Order: sequence, then structure tokens, then C-alpha cells
Amino acid sequence: MRRSRAAAILAGLAVAVAACGNAPTTTEPTASGSAPATGGDKTLEGVTLEVAAKWTGAEQKNFEQVLKAFTDKTGAKVTYASTGEDTGAYLGPRIQGGNPPDVAILPQPGLVQQYADQDALKPLNDAVIKEIDTNYTPYWKELGSADDKVYGVLIKAAHKSLVWYRSQAFEDAGVQAPTNWDELVKAAQTVADSGTPPFSFCGASGWTLTDLFENVYLSTAGPENYDKLSKHEIPWTDPTVATALEKIQQIVSKKEFLVDGVSGTMQTDFPTCVSKVYGTKKAAMVIEADFVAVEADQSGAKVGEEAKYFPFPKVGDTAPVVLGGDVAVAMKDSPGAMALLQFLASKEGGEVWAKLPGYLSPNKNVSPDNYPDELTKQLGQTIVSAGDTVRYDMSDLAPSAFGGTDGKGEWKVLQDFLRDPTDVKGAQEALEAEAKKAWK
Amino acid sequence: MTERLDGPQDPPADVAGGPSTGPAETPQRKRRLGPSPAVAIAFLLPAALLLGIWVIYPIVYSVFRSLFDATGTGFVGLGNYTTIFSDAGTLTTIRNNLIWVVVAPIVVTTIGLIFAVLTERIRWATAFKLIVFMPMAVSLMAAGVIFRLVYEESPDKGLANAVLTTVHDTFSSSQGYPEARPRGGDQSPVADQGGAVVTKQPAQAGQPVLVPIVGVKPELLPGDAQPAKAPAAGDGLSGTVWFDFTPGGGGTNNAVDGAEKGLPGMTVEAVRDGQVAATATTAEDGSFSFAGLPAGSYVVRLPASNFEAAYGGLSWLGPTLITPAIIGAFVWVWAGFAMVLIAAGLAAIPRDALEAARIDGATEWQVFRRITVPLLSPVLLVVFVTMIINTLKVFDLVFIIAPASVQPQANVVALEMWRVSFGGGNNQGLGSALAIFLLILVLPFMIMNIRRFRREDT
Repeated sequence: MRRSRAAAILAGLAVAVAACGNAPTTTEPTASGSAPATGGDKTLEGVTLEVAAKWTGAEQKNFEQVLKAFTDKTGAKVTYASTGEDTGAYLGPRIQGGNPPDVAILPQPGLVQQYADQDALKPLNDAVIKEIDTNYTPYWKELGSADDKVYGVLIKAAHKSLVWYRSQAFEDAGVQAPTNWDELVKAAQTVADSGTPPFSFCGASGWTLTDLFENVYLSTAGPENYDKLSKHEIPWTDPTVATALEKIQQIVSKKEFLVDGVSGTMQTDFPTCVSKVYGTKKAAMVIEADFVAVEADQSGAKVGEEAKYFPFPKVGDTAPVVLGGDVAVAMKDSPGAMALLQFLASKEGGEVWAKLPGYLSPNKNVSPDNYPDELTKQLGQTIVSAGDTVRYDMSDLAPSAFGGTDGKGEWKVLQDFLRDPTDVKGAQEALEAEAKKAWK
Repeated sequence: MTERLDGPQDPPADVAGGPSTGPAETPQRKRRLGPSPAVAIAFLLPAALLLGIWVIYPIVYSVFRSLFDATGTGFVGLGNYTTIFSDAGTLTTIRNNLIWVVVAPIVVTTIGLIFAVLTERIRWATAFKLIVFMPMAVSLMAAGVIFRLVYEESPDKGLANAVLTTVHDTFSSSQGYPEARPRGGDQSPVADQGGAVVTKQPAQAGQPVLVPIVGVKPELLPGDAQPAKAPAAGDGLSGTVWFDFTPGGGGTNNAVDGAEKGLPGMTVEAVRDGQVAATATTAEDGSFSFAGLPAGSYVVRLPASNFEAAYGGLSWLGPTLITPAIIGAFVWVWAGFAMVLIAAGLAAIPRDALEAARIDGATEWQVFRRITVPLLSPVLLVVFVTMIINTLKVFDLVFIIAPASVQPQANVVALEMWRVSFGGGNNQGLGSALAIFLLILVLPFMIMNIRRFRREDT
């Protein structure tokens, strides 16, 4: 999610400036439209809505097509506003100014709680909640809730349980995509023996390490412990954490497994570690989410041929599926806003979106057959088949001082662990100390 | 100029103190020549108002805010200040600031002095000064980006390591197979021993020795390497060193398969009782044999020199060297500035003092040491104090140059202040406390500067 801090900051500044400039122009209050919107009877004729999300470029165009489908169905006119990378910096002033968009799409569920505390969100009405109950597992409903009220619906997912590999490197070493952890370690050893370092870790981008930990932890400790650890209900000194770290130890403690050694790994940030696999072809695997495809493509590797992936192998009993994603919330209590959320949460809305590229739905009733390419179909399939055990990116659920800051919290401790993977207990204690500071 | 050297983020106490207190007081001591107090106040009011809004109020509010917790509602007294001195991470930032303050101003002033004295004597002095001064025209952020590239680990990208490796390779170069190693596990007939590869069992003449090696980088395999052959039993001690990996997989471990290549150019030693009895070099198919070796059992060893990695330079951006590396970038930016100021001071030194010393028989070094430097000391002090203030608030260079994974090791107070306030922690109470701490650190040097301005005015 966080690609480049500096870029994000610049974008944030730009957005802040832009927000000052155009905030009051777009929306008019939407008082009309009384009946809840169902069916294609254009009950919301004449209603205007504003929806704000971080998407730009192709992602924005695709989303606008979904909005158009909504307009065709209900007659409501929807305008789109881009928040830029830093959604908080865009929404904050508009909430303060009493002029929020009707619907906002938040990049982190943590923001749902934050805005709910500020009374900036409107609870979803029964029609939307009914839609969520039909299409989502209870976990997602809870994720969009704060203080026992449902505020948000997860409408777009990023799949974080993937291991990308360079097919040529695997062929040279004569190994197949592994299906469990031991096979992964064995395959890594074989690839290393063939003269190619197996792993390219993005040591400078702490969030990639948290993603690795989350997958291993979800698989070894199971979803219940995952939820507890997400909320810091069990301490990081718990034995389940030790097990996960010991598993990670197996792939990070061997010198020949890391491309450019430990020192080089620690200086490699996110897109660079992908280009070490697909650009300069120095390594064989990179463990990250579906959006690696974009970077692999930019490094000149054809996704699906040269750049392939396998689902994150089972480490324990659970096949891990960790998602990131965007939550849609209503910021104005208008029937139009509720109707739009209901549409986005529905099978119908999800399928319109699923036919467009670059989208993955967390909606269990959106059939993977809708996706335009084979790759996305497989990804969608893993989400559907994981069912109730799908979990949201843990570090994005934590306070950002713990799970989202360079040089602090979980990022720092995991980086220290990657630098010196011998001391599991010390890493656990450091994690617990940081967590205590962040959760107090 | 003053604004430029103190930078935009300064608590502008010197800007405030210098012009406003100085001239305002002087007229009052003498007979009143200036305007009436009412007019004076009217004229001072705009400045006072702006200073109040932009300087006094933020400082007072920061002090106030630093006494509250993250939410801004809970009063914690001096709790935030205790946190500064009890948190290991923050203590590192203080330690780093200390290194900065001790090292950077001295280095900048010294280099500036050397450049200034030298440029006095060369022909293209102006051109030289211009070049040294040029980095001042680059913003610190851009300088950070430049030095991030200079310090890149890979010699292909990073200038610093490219220079180091070039110099190093002029004197010695590696011809071996870096990162190649024996296969792990019990089945392998050879094992790693302190970087060298040795046979686990002593070898006898007549029994061919197998030395399987894995992890050879494909690009390092010489083009003339031939497929390895299983060694035939001969008279002397002989064997094969080969890359025990069949491309595409499928080979038998620790056995010479058809497609596997020998590793030519390996140095092989026959060792007996810790003494090297004979040395051989592998042929293109990886085979070796020791001629004229007395019978007996030997340990066959591939010394570590076969596996030495090419010198890759230093980890500039690693945890140990990061602060010196960033100080290097800082010196690059500010040395020119110091040089120009000192050169100006140098031009103002009375020539006759230097002449007199020379006539009295002083050597050039003595002239420099006893005449030039003492006469220059006021200017040196200005440069020095300015640099101290600059180093205390250093932020952008650290933020840009240090990769995220070594940010905790490179961190400084100003950066930590920003991070805890806005960079995720959102604890503006602690952030304000750090700001006040920084203000207190800068204050003595500010006062020094103001005093000096006053002295110069009177």
C-alpha cells in the first residue's frame, strides 16, 4: 500500500493545496429522493452524489464505469473526487468544514473507527446491512464496524498472500512451485545451489516484512489468534509468535538465500526488490501482493509467462489469505449515499466492477468467472475458497505508530530481525514493548 | 544573507533579536533624535504583531502543548520530557546529534579554511571558489537524493563504492568463485572450514577425490569450462572439482553427471599434518592431480582464496557508517559557504602584519598559525556557530539519505520530532517536548550570535 513515503508526502501536500482550492464547489445538499433505491426504477432521479476515493488514472476510469452503472439503474448523478494518496489529509479539512463527500472510500479500516469517533460517519441502514450479510463473511462486517454499529463495506481487495517467482530461475534449478512451507525452504535451497539467490526481500520497506509475518502467523497460529494479536489481546511474547518467527528464520538466516546479502537487502525498498527478480534477474522470488504485477511489467517481464506466482504456501494448518483493501463509508445521511453503498456491496455492483481489469472483490457471491484474465480468476478463487479464514492486513489494523511508520514499531523490529535473525525472543520482547507503547 | 544561512525553519530569534533590539535601544541612551514613542510603537507594531503570531505564540503554545499527552486533553506534566530521556530510540537521536555537533562544524570550518587559504594563491581562484560554492545552490533535499545515489551499495550505481573498488582492484583482483560453497548435509564428501573447503575423509593416492561445489553464479562460470568427468583411479593423488548442479535439475547429488561442468582454475592443496605438501590447479574439466607426492593420506583442501568475493566497497548506508556518510554530504553542501566567508575575512586581514612576520623570518606555517588564524578568529567563530545551529536542526539530509531500515540508527532530534508528531505516531505532545528540547539546545548559540551582532554594531 505504501509504496513510497516521499512520494506520498508530496502527493499529500499537493492534495492539501488542492483541497483548500476546490472544497466548496462540488456538492449540493441532497434532500430529495425518499424511497430506498431498489430495482431499476430510477427512483433517485435528480439526486446528485459525490464520492471520494484515492484512485486515479485507469483505476478511476474503471470505478467511474461502476458509478455509471449505478446511475443507469437509479437515475442518481454521481461525481467522483480523487483524494490523492493521503485520504486523511483530504477528508480531514472537509469534515471540519462541514462539507464531506456523500460517500468516501477509505484505504484502511482503522480510519472507520477514527472517523466514527469524530461522528463523521453515518451508520448504514438496514437495506445495506442486509446486503452485507448476504454477500460477506461476518469478519468483513465487523471490520467495517465501530462501537457495535456498521459503518462501512469493504468493496475492493488487494491480495497479499502471494509469492512471485521468475519462471526461468525455477526451470534452471528444476524446481516446481511449492505448496507448503517445507517445500518452499527446500526449493529455495535448490535454487540457491543452482547459483541464483532465491529471495529478494524488500528490507527497507517495513510493510513488506509485516506482510510476510502476517501470512506465516495466520497460517501457523490460525485466524482466532490472528484476530487476538491484531487487537493486542494476546502479547507478542506469545509462543505462537515465536513459532512464526522461527519459520521466517528458516528462509532469512541463510546467507545464500538473500540476494546482495543482508546489507544489500536492508537497503532495498519495495519496487527495487521486484526489479531484482524481473529486471536485473539476480534473484528468483519476491514475497508480496498482487500489485507486484505492475512492477514486474515495468521491469519488462510478461506477467503469466516470465512473472508467475504461487499462493503463499501453507506453513501450519491454515492456507493463509491476507487481504488489504478499501472500505466505503457514508459521510452524509442521504438515501442516495445508502443506495450507492448498497449497490457497491451487492453481487450486481461487484460483477460490473469485476469485469474490468485491476479489481478483486471480497464479495463471496461475485463469481471469479467474471474476472477478465486468468490470473485474477485464480486470485479470486483463493479468496472464495478461503471463506471464513480470510483476514485483513494486521499492520493496517494496528495504530500507525506500531504498524505504519518507518523506523518505528513492528517495521523496525522486523527489520532488526531480518538483519540478525538469531534472536527470536529478543525480537518478541521488542515487539511487545513497541506494542505496549502504541496501544496504551 | 543571515536568513539564507540560518535556513527557513529556525526559531527566528536572531532575526528578531538582531535588528529590533539593537537599533531600538541605541537611540534611547543618547538624547532623543528619533521619533516620539507613539510613532515608534506605530512603526514597530506590524513587525511585533507578525513576530507575535509567527514566533512568540508558537513557542508559548509548544511549551503548553508539551505538557499534554497525545490526545491533547490529558495533562502529563513533565512526562513527555521524561520520555525523551528514557526512550532508547530518542536517546540514539540525542547521541547522533551530539556526534553531528562535534564533528560537522569542525570539519566544515577546517575545510573552508584550507580552501580559503589555498585559493588565495592559485590562479583560477574565482573559478575554483565558484565550483566549491556551487552545492549551496542545490537544495538540501536534492543534495540528499544525489548522495543517496553516491552511497549506493552496488559499485555499478554508487559513485563512492565505484571509486573504492576501482582503487582496490588496481592492486588486487579476485579470480575465484565467490559465494560458491559445498552442499550442506551429511552426504557431501566435503565441508566448509573457515571459508576453505576440505575433504571430510583423508584421501589416499589411487583413490580419486570428489569435490562437489554448488551455488556457483552462472555468470562466473568460465566460458572454457568443460563437462566434468568422473575421475579414473590413477597412481597419484587426483580428483575433480565440479559444479554439482545439473541445469534444469535431475542430477544425482555428489556424483559427476553428464551435464555438470568442471570448475577450472581452482587452487587445490594436499595437506598433511597441517602442512601444505603440494599444490595443484584444476584443468578445464575440473580435474587435478598432484605429481610426485609421497604416499600416505592427505586432506585435500580448496583454500578460501578460491571463494573470495570481489571487493564490493563499503556499506555506506548500513547502520555503522550512516551518520558519517550523511555528515559527508553535509560537508559537501556547506564547505563552499564556509570558504567564501573565510576568504572574505582573509581579504580583510592587514597585509602588513603578514609581511612583518615574514620579514622577521617566520615560516609560512608559523605565519598561518600565529598570524592568519588569530586574525581570522572572529570569522571562524561566525562560521562555526552557524554550522552548530545548522547541524542541530539537520533534518532533510537524514530523512532522504538513510534508507528506512537504518533510519533508527541515523535519526536526529529534528527528524524524530517530525516523526512522532506527524509521521504516524501523531503524538504532538511528545513532538512539542522535542521541539522545546531542540530550542533549548539552539538557544545558547543564538544568544552568542546576537551578542556578537550587538558588539559589532556598537
